[in-house]
Amino acid sequence: MSVRVVAVLVAVLLVAVFPMLAGNYPVKLLQEILVWGVFAMSLDLLMGFAGMVSFGHSAFFGVGGYVAALALTRWGAGGVNGLVLPALAAAVAALVIGYCSIRVSGVYFIMLTLAFSQMFYAVTFQVDWLGAEDGIVGVPRPRLVGVELGPSAFHLYLVAVTLLATLALWRIVCSPFGHVLRGIHDNEGRMQAIGYPVDRYKLVAFVIAGTVAGVAGALYAQLAGSITPDAFLWTTSGEALLMAIIGGTGTLGGALLGAAAFILLQSLVSSYTERWMLLLGLTFIVFVLMLPGGIVGALRGRIGFRA
Amino acid sequence: MLLPDFFSQALNGLSYGVLLFLLSVGLTLIFGMLDIVNLAHGSFYMLGAYAGLTMIGLTGNFWLALVAAPLVVGAIGALMERSVLRPLYRRPPLDQVLLTFGFIYFFEDLVKWIWGGRIRSIPPPDVFSGSVKLGGATVPSYRLFVIVFGLVMAVLLWVVIDKTRLGSIIRAGVFDAEMTAGMGINTGRLFTGVFALGAALGGLSGVIAGPIQSAQPPMGASILIPALIVVVVGGLGSLKGSFVGSLIIGQAETFGKVWLPGASMMMIYAVMALVVLLRPQGLFGRPLK
Repeated sequence: MSVRVVAVLVAVLLVAVFPMLAGNYPVKLLQEILVWGVFAMSLDLLMGFAGMVSFGHSAFFGVGGYVAALALTRWGAGGVNGLVLPALAAAVAALVIGYCSIRVSGVYFIMLTLAFSQMFYAVTFQVDWLGAEDGIVGVPRPRLVGVELGPSAFHLYLVAVTLLATLALWRIVCSPFGHVLRGIHDNEGRMQAIGYPVDRYKLVAFVIAGTVAGVAGALYAQLAGSITPDAFLWTTSGEALLMAIIGGTGTLGGALLGAAAFILLQSLVSSYTERWMLLLGLTFIVFVLMLPGGIVGALRGRIGFRA
Repeated sequence: MLLPDFFSQALNGLSYGVLLFLLSVGLTLIFGMLDIVNLAHGSFYMLGAYAGLTMIGLTGNFWLALVAAPLVVGAIGALMERSVLRPLYRRPPLDQVLLTFGFIYFFEDLVKWIWGGRIRSIPPPDVFSGSVKLGGATVPSYRLFVIVFGLVMAVLLWVVIDKTRLGSIIRAGVFDAEMTAGMGINTGRLFTGVFALGAALGGLSGVIAGPIQSAQPPMGASILIPALIVVVVGGLGSLKGSFVGSLIIGQAETFGKVWLPGASMMMIYAVMALVVLLRPQGLFGRPLK
């Protein structure tokens, strides 16, 4: 086993046993990092690998969250309702939105995806049986094989789903499919000329990313115990984008790191000052201007670290 | 719906429409010239409203604020273009879009810091504080002023951009910035100028909107979406498109609230989806590559 594999295994183990080592608040932060990390990684698959910058990724996060909240509160707290149904719903949403959006690229793609996610926001904000602007509260944690998850079991469940999502995404970007996506990112016209059905590849990438985002949204609804229309807001996509960029796009691991940096900074800064957003904006501006490779890029340059 | 009601709603929609026009025209010009969607454009709108608020507080004169606030916001825009956007021109345009996203947080929190987070209202100028009877409907006279002012600005912009030398340089830059530079135009200064102009128009719309919608920090992020939709509907980079798109979206939003109160927020997205499906480049946009 290489050093890298051992390091990853140790990290996973540490994350899994973290509740035995730390108090409630750090554990809560870690769980948030996991959920947002999955969301940011799914966006990185689109942005960092396929080169499709979407400002509407929150649509799938929200669909996953709402379907999980609806299913768990109204149709029973089984694991299927908690994860499978939300993922399927997000996949369908991604198929429809993706089909309409991949016809355009660049800023047009940004604006279309953004508008689609805002459309969901508008609907959930005004439809009464989705709780209108208050959203859905009192979402129970799922029951797995008939057992209600206690705090530590729920933590392990979060870690396991995060790990599965990460491995799945990792497998995808390492596969021939992932390499085609990278090729499209680098030179779309050329990939087309070689004979790859570029649009179909983009659509599949969009649906995969949307499905994983839906899983993240479902986890979020279970972690927070509620979901509000804000999940659909385009700034939710923006935050995931921030995380992926701060961490370093096109690396997957960077998105996790970025989510950790974002959430830790937020909790640290907001305990000292109210000016969290100002600092966040500045941090982001500095990263885009000076560190386009994000944290991972900076680490790679310094110590030859590879994510 | 009675005719006077219809009429007064149509005027509401029209005043909202010209407001959107002032905002989206900057967005569309900046896009045409620099190939970036300035996500911080709503921030200019917010900054304009607050700069106006302060100036009215200092001088008690709305008209002074109407002139000075856009100048301040324009200067902020010029500074932003020179200092942070310019170094990115050689990178993919998406980097610049992401950068402007960072500015949304920066400006919104800055405004909260300076002016506080609560809702502040800007009083309309005394001349237009009343209302007038028009075609059987009672209309706040300030709204009429906004409509006339917006239409005058539209004509002014059209004259400048369509009939003057400066305008033809701007149009050339929108069409092909590289070629324009090749013809000996200082495109660096042109870019800064257009960005500042767009920012100033955004600031202007913020001041104008003050007495109608009052000032609050999230106003910038929330007006951005309708403004972007206007640009998509009208066609990116097209002045005419942003005018027609603004009027359509203004009416769609207003009548959506009247006729479909339960789904009013959906209206403008429905309009956009329809346009994008039938005509992806927007009503007046150049065909997509």
